[in-house]
Amino acid sequence: MSAAPTPVPSSTSRPASASAASGAMPKGKARRPRGRLGEHLLRVYTWLILLWLVAPIISMIVFSFNDTHSKQNNNWQGFTLTWWKRIGAIPDLTTALENSLTIALLSTLIATVLGTMIGMAIGKHAFRGKGAVNLLLFANIAAPEVVLGASLLSLFITLGIPRGYLTILIAHAMFNIAYVAVVVSTRLASYDLSLEEAARDLGAGPFATFRLVTLPIIFPGVMSGALLAFSLSIDEYIMTQFNAGGTLTFPLWVFGATRVGVPPQVNVMATIIFMGGVLLAVLGATIGRGRRTRRPADDTAGAPA
Amino acid sequence: MTADEGPASAADAVGDARSVSAQVSTTVPTGGTGDAPPAIELVGVAKEYMSRRGAVTAVETIDLRIAEGEFFSLLGPSGCGKTTTLRMIGGFEEPSRGQILLHGQDVTSVPPNKRDVNLVFQSYALFPHLDVAGNVAFGLKRKGVARGQVRRRVGEILDLVELGALADRRPRELSGGQQQRVALARALVNRPRALLLDEPLGALDLKLRQTMQIELKRIQREVGITFVYVTHDQSEALTMSDRIAVMNKGQIEQLASPRELYERPRTRFVAGFIGTSNVLRRSVRTVTTDGTGPIAILDAGADERVIVPVHSGLGGVVTGSVVELTVRPEKINMTAARPEGDVCVLRGRVTEVVYLGTNTTYTVFTAGGDEITVFWQNSADANDLAGRGDEVWLSWREDHSYALAPSGADPAAAEAPTEPVATAG
Repeated sequence: MSAAPTPVPSSTSRPASASAASGAMPKGKARRPRGRLGEHLLRVYTWLILLWLVAPIISMIVFSFNDTHSKQNNNWQGFTLTWWKRIGAIPDLTTALENSLTIALLSTLIATVLGTMIGMAIGKHAFRGKGAVNLLLFANIAAPEVVLGASLLSLFITLGIPRGYLTILIAHAMFNIAYVAVVVSTRLASYDLSLEEAARDLGAGPFATFRLVTLPIIFPGVMSGALLAFSLSIDEYIMTQFNAGGTLTFPLWVFGATRVGVPPQVNVMATIIFMGGVLLAVLGATIGRGRRTRRPADDTAGAPA
Repeated sequence: MTADEGPASAADAVGDARSVSAQVSTTVPTGGTGDAPPAIELVGVAKEYMSRRGAVTAVETIDLRIAEGEFFSLLGPSGCGKTTTLRMIGGFEEPSRGQILLHGQDVTSVPPNKRDVNLVFQSYALFPHLDVAGNVAFGLKRKGVARGQVRRRVGEILDLVELGALADRRPRELSGGQQQRVALARALVNRPRALLLDEPLGALDLKLRQTMQIELKRIQREVGITFVYVTHDQSEALTMSDRIAVMNKGQIEQLASPRELYERPRTRFVAGFIGTSNVLRRSVRTVTTDGTGPIAILDAGADERVIVPVHSGLGGVVTGSVVELTVRPEKINMTAARPEGDVCVLRGRVTEVVYLGTNTTYTVFTAGGDEITVFWQNSADANDLAGRGDEVWLSWREDHSYALAPSGADPAAAEAPTEPVATAG
């Protein structure tokens, strides 16, 4: 990293560079004097990286307001709210978006329930074949989507299942299970099994123990698994392409439209989806912070490990 | 029983409970089914685990009766089976054999949520997503206690453990000692028939641990509930317990009051585990009888005299058989001249002198080849008795010699509890 030769004191640096500098250098040495040039370069570099990350998103949002009249939405023509008002003007696109949203919701639901169960099994218990299950989950995540898509397609053909909405849903739920399972089992790595014994000891049966103790504790893991699953599903293209039959999803429709020109409504819809994601992330962070910012312990004597 | 009834009445109730158990023990000596059965009874309980290398025995066969209101400790090194025993009482492990009875009712295969006992976990196992009041109320809510009553009882028990001001804190905002009290309150608020504690002070530092020992004993007196306490710390067990079961290799080596354990350790293991002991291994010269009962005179050098009372816990002691005797370091007298009278006498040379403030520890190598530790109190009139290399005489009263039985289960463990030595109030 370019910051290494001229570290910046943490009091004046941007957050991103501060963590990089303090991580790379011993604390005692971070205070020696340095050239102004290095400090400047680091600042510029940091902003460039941030710009690189958000530029496509900004462009997408900006062009949802573009007063374009051609089929191509590439050149800035002036500001308009037309496309936001006429969001549903292309029936095929609207249907595709509806399909994508419902498939994402349903596959997330299925994958979250099943994945949480698998995650709890491998996170909490030692059992014969646990290694094999872990390997299977990893294989599912690591396998190229082209391979998964093609093999699913041949499986559906062999079984004589017509391709369409249902096969897309099955495909999406299938690859999402592994992600949820891994996230949940990671969350359980620091989980104290005696918490469940304590609940049992205090009169809770197995189901009440899950509802009142296990689930609330792993809930952040379940939620991040579900969000991951939703975001993976809503923009999934390759496997969907293999198994869609005549059904269109949002990514399939957009990809098809690129040959003739993507209408601004796509930008509007994508902006809405993005904003929804940002809103969820902010919400999650706020709730998480609200839970964390409380008084620290009065004394630290003998806190258990 | 609630906290506001005050310590005096609570202690009375404990006293009542104890006198009941004392009556039971006199009228129904062993295995009886009187009107007031013991709070906890283990009958031939054993536990084996299946591992890849075959069956592993955690608990070999335990018979045990714990009286109502008793502070009972299971003491032993790690892996001795004490925690497994406690978990079987709590319902978290099912015994491979045998029966567990709570107040005379067989609960061997009753799940923990349906047993009227509560466990305080070594890790405390406080629910991180609930505040202190929520943790403590958990058990009451499960039982369907009315909301107003839950609030009242939670408030009372938090006052008892002196945590009333912290009711709305999360466990991670508390110190180790505070978490420990929450765990205790969470269990006690359910008014269990017995409270099981699995090394609850293990994670605390020494000073806090000593404070909590006294605190635990106070709470136990106030609520009058049977406590079963698992620990590997002998001083902890001695401080708090009415009776202690010393466990080793899945068996109870000795079950007795703290004083009895210290004064009369049944086996070499107990003698070594509780305090410091000198163990002499000698063959028997003759067996005879003095005013108090049979005694064995053991092999010793010229002018030396080693005598041990023969008690019923020993097998056949005859001329030629080998006896292990133990004598505590503080019971031994050290003099420059040979003492007179009917005492045990050994001759030796001081090899080590360690000054420890309140006392001095001498290591003496005897003529017979034994290494003996002597504690000498540094009282006002005590002056330096001996230095390294000095020839000394060691002596102690005959009845301070105690003959050890071979290792194994204590046959007396299954007997009904007797009146505890250290009584409440």
